[in-house]
Amino acid sequence: MIIASNVSKQFGKLKALDNVSVNCAKGECIALIGPNGCGKTTFIKSILGMVVSDSGFITFNGKNIKHDWKHRENIGYMPQIGRYPENMTIGQVLDMMKDIRGKKNDKLDEELINKFGLNEMLSKRMRTLSGGTRQKVSAALAFLFNPDVLILDEPTAGLDPVASEILKEKIIAEKNKGKLVLITSHILSELDDLITQVIYMQEGKLWFHKSIDNLKEDTGEEKLSRAIAKVMTQ
Amino acid sequence: MKKIIKYVIIDILRNKIVLAYTAFLLLISISIFNLEDNSAKGLLSLLNIILIIVPLVSLLFPAIYVYNSSEFLELLVSQPLKRKTIWLSLFSGLAASMAFAFFVGAGIPILLFEATPTGFMMLGTGLLLSVIFVAIAMLAAVKARDKAKGIGVVILLWLYFSVIFDGLILFVLFQFADYPLEKLMVGVTAFNPIDLSRILILLKMDVSALMGYTGAIFKDFFGTQLGLIISFLVLVTWVFIPTWLSLRKFKHKDL
Repeated sequence: MIIASNVSKQFGKLKALDNVSVNCAKGECIALIGPNGCGKTTFIKSILGMVVSDSGFITFNGKNIKHDWKHRENIGYMPQIGRYPENMTIGQVLDMMKDIRGKKNDKLDEELINKFGLNEMLSKRMRTLSGGTRQKVSAALAFLFNPDVLILDEPTAGLDPVASEILKEKIIAEKNKGKLVLITSHILSELDDLITQVIYMQEGKLWFHKSIDNLKEDTGEEKLSRAIAKVMTQ
Repeated sequence: MKKIIKYVIIDILRNKIVLAYTAFLLLISISIFNLEDNSAKGLLSLLNIILIIVPLVSLLFPAIYVYNSSEFLELLVSQPLKRKTIWLSLFSGLAASMAFAFFVGAGIPILLFEATPTGFMMLGTGLLLSVIFVAIAMLAAVKARDKAKGIGVVILLWLYFSVIFDGLILFVLFQFADYPLEKLMVGVTAFNPIDLSRILILLKMDVSALMGYTGAIFKDFFGTQLGLIISFLVLVTWVFIPTWLSLRKFKHKDL
């Protein structure tokens, strides 16, 4: 579904992405793992077209994303740090996104809005929100339009245990519907029951892209966190 | 595109600076027209104030606004929207609000007190100047990542267009006083929209006699139909070139 071929991106002297080639298929739940600053977020942003890669190309459903801005209709993106217009209320942000996406109300997936209780605080201004509530808004927006691909950048960071559990259940439900889910996270223990594949990056390079079973077999570990720790210390 | 323009304008209205700017312009223009017994004289006083305030506000406010809406831009860029649409909508929203503020603040008093060709000329150039400086401010804001640097650049640009440029021209004129530079000066004015507007309005006021021989040359050029059309085309170019440059930059910007 998403194919990246030799994507490179440089910020000044720093090589954020170095010849990354990945093939992400439908129905998979892929974890992007790697140390801080290894290029995970840059990679995600290049899929979204927020970062324009220096060389290489990314195709989405067979179309090069450079010429096809409409591919973002099929992506739900939850950023690491959700930044919203500060003096809009939650309700206004939600309405604005619905308006921009132009989807009919009956096709919307408002499950997370209801479960997170965002309905009760629609009139709160974005600047008054806590980090966790912002994350809830980001998550609700990512799932709202029923996209085929979900890209979640550190989804559970800052969420309370209850919300984090709701979000995980939602991710599993969407994965079972045959959607492609890309997750980055540093909390490996909570990825265990979510993911089917692992992409490991370091210093902008792709180290490996394996299914979780293969990874466990190769490292001889049962837990993802231990398996990754073994890879990192090798 | 319309939807985004709508959200930009709602946001600008909510922030009230543009409303204050409108009220300020309204206060100045009405009081000037009431101070002078001859409204043509009032127009001349208003000209000098407008040529300083309009570029300054039209540069500073949009530049700060673009920096402050970086979150909004980031959010929009991750949505199924063309970058071109996003940027042009932001430009249209800002340009429309600044032009509208000028129209209400200065345009309506001009139409009320001095609905002469000179008044219309002033209204037209004022509206164009508002849009030109929004375009320049957005170019500066997209080029400089750092907010303080961007706003600094914008203030320097304003100083350049309203003070330094004239100083340089005077300097050149005095240094080369022995050479016939009058015709060249007509061309040089194209490089400063503020000067061009000032000359266009002054010539309509028939005070060009005060400007000596250069004034006569200016009258020869800007006084004609063709000269007028060319000057307006130059002003419109001042809108298009910065917008085009900033759009090109924004399309490849990493957010």
